Amino acid sequence: MKLNCNIDVHHVTRVEGHGNIRISIQDGELKEAKWEIVETPRFFEAFLVGKKWDNAPWICGRICGICSIGHTLASIRAVENAFGMQPTDQTRKLRLLLKHMETLQSHVLHLYFLAAPDFAGTGSVFPLIESAPDVIARAARIKLLANDACDCIGGRRMHPTRTVVGGFTMLPAKKDLAGLRDRLSGIMGDLEKTAELFKSFSIPDFTRETEYVSLKGSGSYPFIGGDLISSDGVQKSEARYKEMTNEYVVEQSTSKWSRLSRKSFAVGALARFNNNFEFLQPAAKELSLGLGLKPVSHNPYMNNIAQLVESVHVVAESTLIIDELLDSEFSETRQPVVPKEGMGVGAVEVPRGILYHCYEFNETGNITRCDCVIPTSQNHANIQHDLEELVSQYAVRRMKDSDIDLLAQMLIRAYDPCISCSVH
Amino acid sequence: MTGSTPKPKTYLGVPVSRPRVAFFELSSCEGCQLQIVNNEATLLEFLSLVHVVNFREAMTEKSDDYEIAFVEGSVTRRDEIELLRRIRDQAKVLVAFGSCACFGGVNQLKNRFDPGWVKREVYGDAPVETDRAQPVEDFVSADLRIYGCPVRKEEVERVVTDIVIGKEIHYPKYPVCMECKANENICLFDLGEPCMGPITRAGCDAWCPNNRAGCWGCRGPADAANLSEMKKLMKERGFSDEILLDRLECFGGFGKHVDEYRKGQR
Repeated sequence: MKLNCNIDVHHVTRVEGHGNIRISIQDGELKEAKWEIVETPRFFEAFLVGKKWDNAPWICGRICGICSIGHTLASIRAVENAFGMQPTDQTRKLRLLLKHMETLQSHVLHLYFLAAPDFAGTGSVFPLIESAPDVIARAARIKLLANDACDCIGGRRMHPTRTVVGGFTMLPAKKDLAGLRDRLSGIMGDLEKTAELFKSFSIPDFTRETEYVSLKGSGSYPFIGGDLISSDGVQKSEARYKEMTNEYVVEQSTSKWSRLSRKSFAVGALARFNNNFEFLQPAAKELSLGLGLKPVSHNPYMNNIAQLVESVHVVAESTLIIDELLDSEFSETRQPVVPKEGMGVGAVEVPRGILYHCYEFNETGNITRCDCVIPTSQNHANIQHDLEELVSQYAVRRMKDSDIDLLAQMLIRAYDPCISCSVH
Repeated sequence: MTGSTPKPKTYLGVPVSRPRVAFFELSSCEGCQLQIVNNEATLLEFLSLVHVVNFREAMTEKSDDYEIAFVEGSVTRRDEIELLRRIRDQAKVLVAFGSCACFGGVNQLKNRFDPGWVKREVYGDAPVETDRAQPVEDFVSADLRIYGCPVRKEEVERVVTDIVIGKEIHYPKYPVCMECKANENICLFDLGEPCMGPITRAGCDAWCPNNRAGCWGCRGPADAANLSEMKKLMKERGFSDEILLDRLECFGGFGKHVDEYRKGQR
């Protein structure tokens, strides 16, 4: 065991939002290993109260700058469920395609711009612009494609404009979808090169047995709606999400924490991968095995690899969705909305894990209660317990302070936390 | 670009200085900062124009030696006021970056309620520190504003280029409606949708109306916004006071108009 160690990272960098790491070992005893969230709350759940139903997706998308599309879609689903609406097949496909492109955009942003600098030994991606221009150009190419696709379907890559309760305000032109399909086929080579890059990185070897929570796939890898499952065998319907999330307030965090069968659980790419491996597209399955990722993996650092596997999955599935859309006649864009009193839940797998929006409406369609449970808030307790375990294991091996510091920060980044989103 | 020895940059053959730029965020979704890395086509060109020394969302290195500070988000807690004052002391140019910084953004919607109720609704009886959501300029002066939720990347690049080459910054005085007409869109009112385009400051190229989504006024009022005509128009088209008020108060830019409107309703 190390005799002493003091680490104080005030605002971990290359993550969204504000969190601190504090580690203290004194006279060979671990005093604390703490993941603190100091982000200011914005109170979306309070200020939505009284607003008419159409405000919900428009405002709730603004919970997050990175996954605004996921928030908008979860919000729309909650409203549609409350009003007893079923999206058309065309709307479902377009929403899933949009969702996939956000997943690709977010995963690539995380893999290249936030996570990779640790493995490359730099503080940011900026020095790589000169030292490895081809790598940066590749990252930019994939991200640009994903963002262009979000513009094409959702109207805007951030805080989308076309996505509304009932469908879309307007549809993409078929020639643009065909162009997108060509670019998607062309990007597979870039993703393979990304896999080669990550294969050259040494992923820390750390495991802690964890409960994983995600949507339950039925026929396909799940992204929008359906039942909820955990790797410990819990299964619930979407409407009973609160029995899955069990949120509570803790002193060390302005974000709430969650628990289920154990003291914490994890959501995100690794959780989805562990629970739904069988539904991945063949190319994604193959890639995961080539990168040494098999279900069930209990190494949180492998979330990076799971994101990469999902990137391949969403590209492969998107080309199939576009083929189906191109083969069909586009019907009407948007269903009429008839508000009614009641409650609705929308569960959507966003890049960082499962997201829930829930609203209660009065008879005029005004919100009387609002609840949003964010993936990163479900992960905070698990990050805390991983951090304690990590510090204990590495302190026994008498690792240098600077190494523990880096591994702790890399652990946080592996979860790709969206902290302002988790506090909202 | 970062690094200790930035390369000289020229504009039309004339050398320009590459200002040291820092990004900060108060209560926000960090989306406006993300817009900077979200325009891959021109990102590298943009980065070569400035010297980014502080951008926590993207880099570990940080420096308090900067000339231009972009501040995203609204003020909702005391420590944010202190941070904001430190930034003001250091920066030659402080930019209120996005609608949260300019007007309070969607966050200011909580100011409609009793603060005690707001806290209880979300955290129960657990203690949590929060104040009214306020714009940056309630506490310090800002040299520039970049409007929008989110900001439009093209506008950010234009403003930064203008600062670098020492050009005066101009904002459009006319409303979104004019940009929308120039784009030959079908009028949202003719599609049966409410739209704040007639009174909202332009500069976004009618981003939402181009996508057949009515404007919600995220950029605040145009110079000569005529609210009484807007009220008439909404009424004629069959939209309720509630629909107009939802849009007027969404991003905080029409705060004064909302107050007047509520007075008129009584």
